[in-house]
Amino acid sequence: MNAIGENAMGVLPYAVAGWLFLMGCYGLATSRNLIHAVGCLAVCQASTYVLLLAIGYRRGGTAPVFSDVTPGSRPVVDPVVQALVLTDIVIGATVTALLLSLVIQIAKRHRTVDPDELSELRG
Amino acid sequence: MSRRVRAWVLVLGGLGFAALFAAACAGLPHFGGDLHPYGDRAVRAALLRHTANAVASVNFDQRAFDTLGEESILFGAVLGTVVLLRQTRDENRRPPAPAPVAAPVRRYARLALPVTLLIGLYIVAHGQLSPGGGFQGGVVVATALHLLYIAVDYRALERIRPVGLYEVGDAAGEAAYLLVGTGALVAGAAFLANVLPYGTFNTLSSGGTVPVLNAAIGVEVACGVVVLLARFLDQAVEIEDPPADAPEGAAK
Repeated sequence: MNAIGENAMGVLPYAVAGWLFLMGCYGLATSRNLIHAVGCLAVCQASTYVLLLAIGYRRGGTAPVFSDVTPGSRPVVDPVVQALVLTDIVIGATVTALLLSLVIQIAKRHRTVDPDELSELRG
Repeated sequence: MSRRVRAWVLVLGGLGFAALFAAACAGLPHFGGDLHPYGDRAVRAALLRHTANAVASVNFDQRAFDTLGEESILFGAVLGTVVLLRQTRDENRRPPAPAPVAAPVRRYARLALPVTLLIGLYIVAHGQLSPGGGFQGGVVVATALHLLYIAVDYRALERIRPVGLYEVGDAAGEAAYLLVGTGALVAGAAFLANVLPYGTFNTLSSGGTVPVLNAAIGVEVACGVVVLLARFLDQAVEIEDPPADAPEGAAK
């Protein structure tokens, strides 16, 4: 690979993470449906997975699991960010569940899932 | 705020984020580079403590206190969902009628159920050795139980799934994690320190407290996911919407 290609590859994963985050934000801000908005939040969250894994990657590295790899024989990727991503995914899934249960109750009480129609005050 | 103004605010914020993010990325180490000071240290510490899976060592040993926070978020989210999706006064519960299931689906799901359950338990038990652990295995175990819903029907699922018991299990998993941490205090070390013998590298009993904490998380996640899905399934299958002219419902 030439120097320019190498350079582009060097920032491409970070750019993908930033792009995912922006797209998620765009979806959140323009959403007309709360279920769609929850999905957009998941997209935002996915950007953090990409960013973390990109930071932890090492060229030619394998998973940091030594049950079948002799320690020191091969480069391994960073286990710290992998642990962060793992818990991130778990939290993401449960928070999505919590938000969706909120949407269910909003749909029942207000008969709509359009966030723009939820602005009126109700006593 | 009109949709137009909102779009402009979004464009402004997006451009600002893009500029700052690009500047930050310029300062990051290059993708795929060799400089991973934390990673190197974490791998060394994992090997010192005889834990083959360095990710499990980070989660349940080196950063065990952080994982306590994360599982508390999980616990809180499950609790919140249970509160939000409870049956309200104006809702009726209608027991679901048995539904016909295609024979091949029934056969496959019945076959897959025990296999999936076993794989889930395997993933929890081998968390310190191979990719997996309590978080991942717990989700697989919970999924296995729900194959019964596909194979038979909702009533069969309800028979093997007394939700109250799983709610207790969820809390017990959370409590077990705390008790293991407190056990370390009693042993004279710091909270959640790895005080058990490290064992032989690459065997089921290696890693000290890592497999114990993995099991606690496995119980909590499996029970938590079962409770979560039970609440959503209740809404979808059993609980009927309040009538449209109910005093509370009907926004307009």
